[in-house]
Amino acid sequence: MNVEEVLDSEELTFAEKILTIKQVEPKSVKRAGEIVIVSVDLAAGQDGTAPLAIKVFEEMGGERVWDSSKILFVIDHTYPSSSAEISNLHKLMRSFARRQGIRVVEGDIIHQVILEEYVVPGMLIVGADSHTTTHGAVGAFATGIGSTELAAVMLEGKIWLKVPSTMQVRLEGSLPKGVYAKDVALHVIGEIGADGANYKSIEWTGEALSKFSVASRATLCNMSMEAGAKNAVVEHDAVTEEYLKELGRHSMAIVRSGRKAEVEDELRLECPGLEPMVAAPSRVDNVKSVREVEGTPIDQAFIGSCTNGRLEDLIEAAKILRGRKVKEGVRLIVTPASRKVYLDALKLGILEILLKAGAVVTNPTCGACVGTHLGVLGEGEIAISSSNRNFVGRMGHPSSKVYLASPATVAASAIRGVITDPRDFL
Amino acid sequence: MSVIRGRAWKFGDNIDTDVIIPFKYKARTIDPQELAQHVMEGIDPDFPKKVRPGDVIVAGRNFGCGSSREQAPLAIKAAGIAAVVAESFARIFFRNAINIGLPVLEVKGISGKTDSGDVLEIDLQQGLVRNLSKGSSFKAVPMPDMLVEILKEGGLVDYIKKRRAYTH
Repeated sequence: MNVEEVLDSEELTFAEKILTIKQVEPKSVKRAGEIVIVSVDLAAGQDGTAPLAIKVFEEMGGERVWDSSKILFVIDHTYPSSSAEISNLHKLMRSFARRQGIRVVEGDIIHQVILEEYVVPGMLIVGADSHTTTHGAVGAFATGIGSTELAAVMLEGKIWLKVPSTMQVRLEGSLPKGVYAKDVALHVIGEIGADGANYKSIEWTGEALSKFSVASRATLCNMSMEAGAKNAVVEHDAVTEEYLKELGRHSMAIVRSGRKAEVEDELRLECPGLEPMVAAPSRVDNVKSVREVEGTPIDQAFIGSCTNGRLEDLIEAAKILRGRKVKEGVRLIVTPASRKVYLDALKLGILEILLKAGAVVTNPTCGACVGTHLGVLGEGEIAISSSNRNFVGRMGHPSSKVYLASPATVAASAIRGVITDPRDFL
Repeated sequence: MSVIRGRAWKFGDNIDTDVIIPFKYKARTIDPQELAQHVMEGIDPDFPKKVRPGDVIVAGRNFGCGSSREQAPLAIKAAGIAAVVAESFARIFFRNAINIGLPVLEVKGISGKTDSGDVLEIDLQQGLVRNLSKGSSFKAVPMPDMLVEILKEGGLVDYIKKRRAYTH
């Protein structure tokens, strides 16, 4: 088996190619449905999953991790800690990491750290966090795993995976004003359902993508998980190249689906006809247009998370909030995804616009999105959020409700205190 | 692998991990017994009190969707649930369940034909589920051999300890 031939094949999908070349013993080409044992290039865990992985690692009889330079711990879900119990779990992570020589990043969101500092095309990433699918935005095969599997990977650097079948989503034309990657993702999830891509590899393709930044691509790949996808990927192009050049990083391998590759499902979307969307309570596939739910009163508006807490998201929100005020009685919480995002927004004057409008700007954390701190919803409260899940009790009290939307829709809604179409302000 | 016999608790489609175990509990502990005291609380606040060891969960499509939290299958297992039978599972939940040794069976058509309280008999080796209360039986979707091996060992910890590596 020749790696170059596999990469050049017109018959194989992205997932088939990358999982074939990453095999521990790459003897033959693997197709969708086959089980492979592959070498991992990066294994990551956060404070909701790593403590359990550490416990299991010790139960497995683990002494040293396979390669500390390929493991990353991030303390992001509850940072800084909001209770003594959580602080103890953070301590456990720090002390294990110190003993093992593992890097711990504190107070940046895990997927933003990986995007800013780690991912390159052709990487195989496993993360004990479901939204690890994000990193297909830069051409990696990246998927979420649990704590026990993270322990096994930390021990051996390997994992078994079933080669997923492929769903292609083709985005034709370009997006109209006020419509963003988040709206595209919600539209697709509404169409195929919360298990519409279960176990599959979603390949985002089409001419619209040439105008999508890596941040927007990350939103698409991140939300792909909410349709059940195992991984998601955007084809390598000039935008990817530019991103790598800026960061001074180099591809491990450029992997593209062949033209004759077997695609199980195909979806085509005419972007010019799309409009701002929400996922209404309490399912991610309960998707409606903003117009349908316009006027619904809100108590909280949240802009942040690994889905939509990047610089371009804060910029879009600031465009709408500039010179305007958040409605009295409504709280607007803005949580940048990383210190870099925070600093860039500060330098550009974005934070000043947001603060003057009445927003609370928090430190980077998963906080409000997972309902642990910095914006937990009370009984019966309603939120509009740029995050990724609106399950019962996700952001607080079981009777609270969450609408998912783009940062622009969240910003517009914060001004009026009711769900609002961002195009009213653009 | 033994034959399981237990009372069914029926749930619907898209039961997510936030409902199985909310983040606020799993953020502060990794103790399975403490997690078990809140299992399925988001959908049925009395469930942790009602469930008895050996009971079985029967659910619809996409069971365990959402977060990668292994605390979800752990809480179910620690509550004494012997197996989860569903029309389909979200992929990370499925992997996690196998890895911690919680039997999970994908069985098409079972949720519409099972009621809470029915007694089910599950033969893991054969992949057979019999509803003793209704006299019906169902065949599970076969699992890849490697997963059956991991389940036989009681989970990935013992599988790895024994073999020190994945084999297939």
